[in-house]
Amino acid sequence: MDKEYVGFAALPNQLHRKSVKKGFDFTLMVAGESGLGKSTLINSLFLTNLYEDRQVPEASARLTQTLTIERRGVEIEEGGIKVKLTLVDTPGFGDSVDCSDCWLPVVRFIEEQFEQYLRDESGLNRKNIQDSRVHCCLYFISPFGRGLRPLDVAFLRAVHEKVNIIPVIGKADALMPKETQALKQKIREQLKEEEINIYQFPDCDSDEDEDFKRQDAEMKESIPFAVVGSCEVVRDGTRPVRGRRYSWGTVEVENPHHCDFLNLRRMLVQTHLQDLKEVTHDLLYEGYRARCLQSLARPGARDRASRSKLSRQSATEIPLPMLPLADTEKLIREKDEELRRMQEMLEKMQAQMQQSQAQGEQSDAL
Amino acid sequence: MSKGQSGLGKSTLVNTLFKSQVSRKASSWNREEKIPKTVEIKAIGHVIEEGGVKMKLTVIDTPGFGDQINNENCWEPIEKYINEQYEKFLKEEVNIARKKRIPDTRVHCCLYFISPTGHSLRPLDLEFMKHLSKVVNIIPVIAKADTMTLEEKSEFKQRVRKELEVNGIEFYPQKEFDEDLEDKTENDKIRQESMPFAVVGSDKEYQVNGKRVLGRKTPWGIIEVENLSHCEFALLRDFVIRTHLQDLKEVTHNIHYETYRAKRLNDNGGLPPGEGLLGTVLPPVPATPCPTAE
Repeated sequence: MDKEYVGFAALPNQLHRKSVKKGFDFTLMVAGESGLGKSTLINSLFLTNLYEDRQVPEASARLTQTLTIERRGVEIEEGGIKVKLTLVDTPGFGDSVDCSDCWLPVVRFIEEQFEQYLRDESGLNRKNIQDSRVHCCLYFISPFGRGLRPLDVAFLRAVHEKVNIIPVIGKADALMPKETQALKQKIREQLKEEEINIYQFPDCDSDEDEDFKRQDAEMKESIPFAVVGSCEVVRDGTRPVRGRRYSWGTVEVENPHHCDFLNLRRMLVQTHLQDLKEVTHDLLYEGYRARCLQSLARPGARDRASRSKLSRQSATEIPLPMLPLADTEKLIREKDEELRRMQEMLEKMQAQMQQSQAQGEQSDAL
Repeated sequence: MSKGQSGLGKSTLVNTLFKSQVSRKASSWNREEKIPKTVEIKAIGHVIEEGGVKMKLTVIDTPGFGDQINNENCWEPIEKYINEQYEKFLKEEVNIARKKRIPDTRVHCCLYFISPTGHSLRPLDLEFMKHLSKVVNIIPVIAKADTMTLEEKSEFKQRVRKELEVNGIEFYPQKEFDEDLEDKTENDKIRQESMPFAVVGSDKEYQVNGKRVLGRKTPWGIIEVENLSHCEFALLRDFVIRTHLQDLKEVTHNIHYETYRAKRLNDNGGLPPGEGLLGTVLPPVPATPCPTAE
């Protein structure tokens, strides 16, 4: 037997095969005021036509419109890898004359997904937990302003501890290169000032090659990404490019000198998709869970709560947060079933014990 | 007067309007390197001269209204300002000893900047224009139009025109004030085809085909401000300054001001306001005007 070679070097392949079989799912939220090219960018990013039959209502209809949350799902396949992509849209954001608290429905939505996951995780049947948590939020900033507006700041502060934020400057072809730099700088300063935590790209491993490190540094430098989207292919000279044709020239979406579209796509899809999911699970979700459970701990059990780690057992004893009625009913029914089964078992065991006791007495008596 | 959310290029456009009009030497205002953020109602006067004709132009830049989270009634300070100018004029007019030439600080034209979303007007735009089209001549303008392709521009303009019509907002030149058929045909064409003007402003010059032009230089091309195939800045400039300047003043004086005056007299019981007459004290300037007195 070969002592030096055990064979677990084959583990990564096994993982890969399993993940490919399982498929990947990813939930991406897109937020920002209307007219910043969000839908076009999403279509460009994933080469789909998710927003084909969308109708944008007129201004007078939007006067008193409240924010709605829309979910669209699409299955994309590339090279044998399947991705189930869920897009969460927030039409109506920033539209009204009075936008006070318009971000609350979004915050609630994000928390509801956490809530659902917490319930599923604490439940008895954990075989098929659907992960509907928002893994990433692309927040669109207007290129026409002078940085973050009060509404942007309010929204970002409300969600930055609950979702990975990637700030993006929409319709970046409105800006000349110097203006883009100045705007990016301003936004970065404002984010720091307002203490908003955007998604932090993990550092490169020190053993990566120089090229990769350089690319990585370049990408980090270009945040917020200044993007241009387009679903049209125009013929510029000899080759067809995805872009926008103006009388003075054509903006090429995939030209790194024109905009950061390639950077965003690479980062979101090629390199950091998994990390976004992990950060959502390990950091943001755990944070939510800890806050949730701590706040629900009974007053008498304060010592239990003060322990550094809440064990899983105590989680099931503490009442979970309120869910919509249908789910609660289902849960109650399941638990009732559970109880009935356990009672039956108990009765059986009791009967058995009684029997053996009786037998014992009989034998004693004998 | 120029109005719209901050960052839509109002100050730049206004500078461009004059710069392209005035020769490089005769500028009487100081050129600033950076565009300061306008935070209050600022009126700056310029005296420009061309071909022996002198004109005193006052440009009123407005606070970046519409920038807050809650923008309800953010048009009120502007409405108040406009009415205050009418009030000033009225006071002078009813004076017993009147000046020969009453200084006219009334706002003759308001350029309203629409954000180039490509969809439609924003609710705030509608609200603002609804209130203010009744007191001042509004010329809607699509700002930073270099983000729209030709098709997008024409579709957007159509939608905006339709929305304004549906909401009963009359922008300048108002249909009801067309004086004769000639006016009507000329104005109809402007109203139904050109407006709102899609503009681009710039205070930087670049070399294009041997000429120095005002424009914006991007990696994919240079946008020339005065090139009609790029944007409609030249149309706006000609419209406001070369052809309709006098008319803007006349409509302001004969229509908007008269409406204000009539309402004030009605409020005062048919008596002209003023200290010299029966010691009546001028009632305070109302923030929102009452409906047009017929």
